[in-house]
Amino acid sequence: MLSAVPISWFLTLSAVLFALGVAGFLFRRNIITVFMSIELMLNAVNLSFVTFSYHYKSVDGHLFTFFVMVVAAAEAAVGLAIILTVFKNRGTLNIDDVDSMKN
Amino acid sequence: MQLWLIPILPLAGFLINGILGRRFSKSLVNAVAIGSVVLSFLWVLKTLLALGALQEPHLEHYFTWIQSGDLVVNCDFMVDRLTAVFLLVVTGVGLLIHIYATGYMAHEGGYYRFFAYLNLFMFFMLVLVLGASYLLLFVGWEGVGLCSYLLIGFYFDKKFATDAGNKAFIVNRIGDFGFSLAMFLIFRNFQSLEFSQVFTKASSAQEWVLTTIGLLLMVGACGKSAQIPLYVWLPDAMAGPTPVSALIHAATMVTAGVYMTARSNVIYNHAPGAASVIAIIGVATAFLAATIGITQNDIKKVFAYSTVSQLGYMFVGIGSGAYAAGVWHVVTHAFFKALLFLGAGSVIHALGGEQDLRNMGGLRKKTPITFWTMCCAWVAISGVPPFAGFYSKDAILAAAYEHSPAIYWVGVITAGITAFYVSRAMFLAFFGEPRGHHHPHESPPVMWIPLAILGVLSLAGGFLFNIPEYLRDIFPPIHEADNPALVYISVAIGFAGIALAYLMYVARPGMADSLANALKAPYQLIYNKYFVDELYDATVVKPLVGGSRLVLWKGVDAGLIDGTVNGVGARARDVGSVLRLLQSGNIRSYAAWVLFGGVALIVMMGLAGGIR
Repeated sequence: MLSAVPISWFLTLSAVLFALGVAGFLFRRNIITVFMSIELMLNAVNLSFVTFSYHYKSVDGHLFTFFVMVVAAAEAAVGLAIILTVFKNRGTLNIDDVDSMKN
Repeated sequence: MQLWLIPILPLAGFLINGILGRRFSKSLVNAVAIGSVVLSFLWVLKTLLALGALQEPHLEHYFTWIQSGDLVVNCDFMVDRLTAVFLLVVTGVGLLIHIYATGYMAHEGGYYRFFAYLNLFMFFMLVLVLGASYLLLFVGWEGVGLCSYLLIGFYFDKKFATDAGNKAFIVNRIGDFGFSLAMFLIFRNFQSLEFSQVFTKASSAQEWVLTTIGLLLMVGACGKSAQIPLYVWLPDAMAGPTPVSALIHAATMVTAGVYMTARSNVIYNHAPGAASVIAIIGVATAFLAATIGITQNDIKKVFAYSTVSQLGYMFVGIGSGAYAAGVWHVVTHAFFKALLFLGAGSVIHALGGEQDLRNMGGLRKKTPITFWTMCCAWVAISGVPPFAGFYSKDAILAAAYEHSPAIYWVGVITAGITAFYVSRAMFLAFFGEPRGHHHPHESPPVMWIPLAILGVLSLAGGFLFNIPEYLRDIFPPIHEADNPALVYISVAIGFAGIALAYLMYVARPGMADSLANALKAPYQLIYNKYFVDELYDATVVKPLVGGSRLVLWKGVDAGLIDGTVNGVGARARDVGSVLRLLQSGNIRSYAAWVLFGGVALIVMMGLAGGIR
């Protein structure tokens, strides 16, 4: 059933998702959107891990996926806290306005 | 025999006084300082009595100090008859001077510091004479140099005293450089620094090797024992307290060079060229310093030049092969020169710090004990028989005559000059009318009792201690023609010197001044010490300071080293000022850089052969 779908399709999907994440990360100005783009890239990588894990009949990929999920959860917690603080202090979510480290 | 106790006791005195002395009362400092030297002296006596005749050297091995490849240096102490003589002189005269110093220094600041240094000096001096290898001797050699430096600069708030200390230390470095080279050569040729092994192998070595070693050792001795061309530090060393001048710069430390060359007699016996150089340096120094001594007005300077001159005599003895006579003169000189210095200290003490002979006079009545004890030293140094100086000086002169009559004649003339300048100092200080406005008082017993003991030794030391006989096994007597005429000549010249001084300074006062006016040019030359200090200043010190300032400081330090360091810093700033453009503060530009970096990494890995 699943084996009928060629592995390249999964990898292509993963690559497309990753590229979307990169594009969103680079071109969107809203911090929340940028943040979600990062999550998108992480999950694109997770997809390719799982694909290869299935393909090579090895659990290593699954293992890495769990690690990435744990880290992503932690990062989401910290990241959202930072975003909240930034919004409280500056009243904006535009990423280009957050540049106080510049000088 | 526990030889190590001999130097360790003064070291303990140094540590106790040096660390805790600040809180001690003066009597406690005295007890520690003098007690440690007394114990050391007693232990020397006990050891020498127990060792008896000392036909063979007595060696004690403690531990291996350095072991590195072929180089093995043991921490060994050795006593033979030569060491025994020096042990007794160092601890005996040292003890008397310690006792004297408690009176002399009673009103000085830094009391505990003075005695701590003095004890440290005793420690190093005893290591110097006890060490059984050149390296251990060198340890003591450097240590006494350090103590000399510390004690010359004892009045460290006075610029001339610290300058004199620096001068002594730096001039001695030149000598030590020669000594170090000599030790390297000794090790290279004899594979050892132990005396016993070096001297066994030395007798079969090539003559040029021994000559080189002998000359380099003499460079070291010239520094420590104030011989031409390195004698200039000793007169300046009088900036230290007078007991220091007596102990370190007259009786013991400055004779270390004589000890070292006498110890190396095997080398000089096989290197007659080097021995002749020593004799010539010795007689030239003796003559030159004696002439300077005539014109000095500072009583301590007179005796300082006298010390340089008498050390020259000792080297004449060494260079002529009469090592025993040289060592004999070390012993008698230790008595009478220590006495002269301590007497001078007593005079200075009596006059409240006055050192200028022109402001003294008439002290014979006021300070009779000082006068009579100094008379003992006076007759001893003038070579009046049968007092101490007569025996040793004539032994040296007789040996010098065998070696070269020219050296003998210069030595005899020097003996006359010696008698003259010491008599001059005595007449100016003790005879005539008082010229200063002082109220002289006799020194306390703690000062004049050591003077009295040294006085007895100066009178009787010559026939009491027949050093050449005692050292017969180490230094076999050289063949001497029994020529009584030589003795008569030197004694007659000595009396002539005293008589001339009497004429010029007592019978016809004023004659000296008119003579100085008549002979203005030579008088000024000698009065200014032949301008040797100025010559060294112009030829050595100025170029060295100038070179250090222009080349080493401005060129190497400020230019090269600082330039390199500052240049590295400036380049780092330049690179940073370019790189900081990347830190725009724009988060999305960072993201672009991350993407760029990731892509670049993947491309590079691909180019390097693919990802596996």
